[in-house]
Amino acid sequence: MSKMSAGQETVYIAPAPPPGASGGLREVFRDNLFKDLKNGILTLLFGGILAYVALRALLYMFVTARWEVIYNGPLSFYMVGKDFGRTGISYEMLWAGILVAMFTVGIASGLANRSAGPRMSLTSRAAMIGGPLFGVAFILSMTRTITPTILTAAAVAVLMVGSQAGRRVSGVVQRRVGVLMLLLVALSFALITGFDPSNINLFGGLLLTVVVAIAGVSLSFPIGVVMALARRSSFPIIRPIAVGYIELIRGVPLISLLFMGQFAIGFLFPPGANIPGPIPRAIIMITLFSGAYVAEVVRGGLQSVPSGQIEAAKALGLSPLTITREIVLPQALRNSIPALIGQFISLLKDVSLLVIIGLQEMLGIVDVVLARQEFTNQGYTPEAYAFVGAVYWTLCFSMSRAAQRLETRLGVGTR
Amino acid sequence: MAVAETGLGRPARPPWYRDVRVMRWVFQAAVVAVIVAVFWRLYSNATSNLRASGLPTGFDFLDRKSRFAIPGLQDSASFTVSRAFIAGYLNTLRVIVVGIPLCTVLGILVGIMRLSDNLVVRAVGTLYVEVFRNVPVLLWIFITYLVLILQNLPALAENVTPFDVFVISNRGVGIPWLNPNASLLTFVGFIGVAMVAVVGVSLWRRRVNEVTGRPSRGGLYGLAAFVVVLAIGNFVAGNALALDPAKIEGRQVSGGLSIFPPYLGLTIALVLYTASHVAEIVRGAIQAIDRGQPEAAQAIALTTFQRYRYVILPQAFRIMIPPLASQFLNLTKNSSLGVAISFVEIASIFQRVSNNATPALQALVVLMFFYLTLSLGISVIANVINRRLSLETRT
Repeated sequence: MSKMSAGQETVYIAPAPPPGASGGLREVFRDNLFKDLKNGILTLLFGGILAYVALRALLYMFVTARWEVIYNGPLSFYMVGKDFGRTGISYEMLWAGILVAMFTVGIASGLANRSAGPRMSLTSRAAMIGGPLFGVAFILSMTRTITPTILTAAAVAVLMVGSQAGRRVSGVVQRRVGVLMLLLVALSFALITGFDPSNINLFGGLLLTVVVAIAGVSLSFPIGVVMALARRSSFPIIRPIAVGYIELIRGVPLISLLFMGQFAIGFLFPPGANIPGPIPRAIIMITLFSGAYVAEVVRGGLQSVPSGQIEAAKALGLSPLTITREIVLPQALRNSIPALIGQFISLLKDVSLLVIIGLQEMLGIVDVVLARQEFTNQGYTPEAYAFVGAVYWTLCFSMSRAAQRLETRLGVGTR
Repeated sequence: MAVAETGLGRPARPPWYRDVRVMRWVFQAAVVAVIVAVFWRLYSNATSNLRASGLPTGFDFLDRKSRFAIPGLQDSASFTVSRAFIAGYLNTLRVIVVGIPLCTVLGILVGIMRLSDNLVVRAVGTLYVEVFRNVPVLLWIFITYLVLILQNLPALAENVTPFDVFVISNRGVGIPWLNPNASLLTFVGFIGVAMVAVVGVSLWRRRVNEVTGRPSRGGLYGLAAFVVVLAIGNFVAGNALALDPAKIEGRQVSGGLSIFPPYLGLTIALVLYTASHVAEIVRGAIQAIDRGQPEAAQAIALTTFQRYRYVILPQAFRIMIPPLASQFLNLTKNSSLGVAISFVEIASIFQRVSNNATPALQALVVLMFFYLTLSLGISVIANVINRRLSLETRT
């Protein structure tokens, strides 16, 4: 530059025209798919993969798959298990329990979603509604009467009503909403088990999976809160105990704990005691397992409470117990709700391990169905597992999207 | 009132039952007493129950004969129980050692795909993550093993040996591998020489890069040096490094590296499932780094590869290490699901052992001990890496 001779004229390059106004379909298409040669090749390559996978999946779903292994009789096996008839619970009662549960979930989501969060983008909204809708439609297409479809629609309606109710409650109802929800949960549990918890021993299929997961996460919640508080406490003897419990459980696979429940827990009861059946024993072990993970989730929530809150409470002269109960825990638990939903999702998936200890949950029931005379040795395995996978996918996907939405609404980590 | 009476500014101590310094020790002692009492009760129950059912209360069962065979190991039926556990441990390690690198690479690729500005690439990444993450890993194991491998791979009787060196069948997959008959010394010698050559070449290339500013391309040159040295060595030693082709012997795959179907199914399923979680971690980590960094990299005209290799990934790795370690731990623990498809890893060994009138309680302790060593090992490695990568900051 410095060597530029005096006589040389400065040449200005004409400014490039502004980029084409975005918004037109053609521009969107070009910017997103064919920006340059490499991008175009990538588009064609992955578009090919996507088209191939979609084609194969659709062909399988609508042409080659023999879905009679699902709809021709054993659908109730997948949903409630082989021995559900022996419990004497009517389907009306079961559905009533499900509707109450949906109402409770609706209230909870309404309470949590009070603050208006950022608007969701159109695509994520479409995915949030479209994915579960597709899954539910697929599952309902296996039913042979219209009743389950109507009842599923009713469940969704009840969920929405509950959500609106949860958003609107105020005054004395809001202060007692915890008690109210506990009562609703108890009612739903009573209805689903036909007012006799020992009926769980006869459950199977999706019902067993969901009941075990809900029991596990709700029973483990107190353990988790206590362990998290103990781990963050200043008690030099109690802290290592909590750390030991959490790290021991998190260091071993769930299957070893389930083996313990099946083979070894009987030895720990006093001689001659009445040892519970395999499903309650599995619930005990899953509760212990989940307790360690819930403790870590709650610990994250505790860490998210700003230290100024505790210092202010101390300055007001509140006792340590009051600080924990009235200041720290409400904020910590609120912030850990999304992660708790995530924990519930992974527990729901982990319950599938019960098949290894011979229980007939969602995966185990496949063997029962395939052992029936009309299906045995005819290669129905792919269809059965595809259906089970679709049920799991619908449940987990919708819950994980709900948790994501809640996370942005609560603004965890952004404040 | 007590405070006022002393008048020296030193308050009298409150009664002991209101003194925090006393009560916290009383409280802790009470908790410990309850825990000890519960465990003592459980322990005495366990010993009396074990005695009542005639099972040993110690760990002597580890030295007894296991009396079950482990596929792929000769005269494994005569192993002691402890040796069978070690064999299962090695099988678990085989899954982990192959699974962790594969799921990391796949996860990073998918994570980057999810951030692509190309709509289709992003869609494929999202589809992958959402499909694999929301279905239990055990179902993926069943699908890969029972459906993809046992039903879709050809039976052994058909023509399943492409190029006469591979075997692809539902009774096992074989790929050509190092010849086990050649002496170990030959291998170690040649590979050692080749490694020295790689180091030398990459040092030379770095120097060239520093002096002339030309790109060093150390990896490329190193690979070339490795191949050349091995090829020369192979020629000199009279084809000692020739690969052993896989072939079919009777009803078995033998020669080369033969992979049993349960191992294949378990590893593929674990890699696919864990990669979907890794992808989310990678995406989160990349989104968490300062936006100015990739923008600056773009401004100085780095290619996409260079942008990720030199600017984005090194910074993202720092954030990724702790959650990645927890995913590797999950993969390790999920490898215990091999028990569901009768892949003989530690959990399977436990199941087989406990069918043989051994005390399940003690066998479980052994099983958990093995997993705790793995978990501890992975966390220690992750902590070391984390400390090396973390930024030096003032505290």
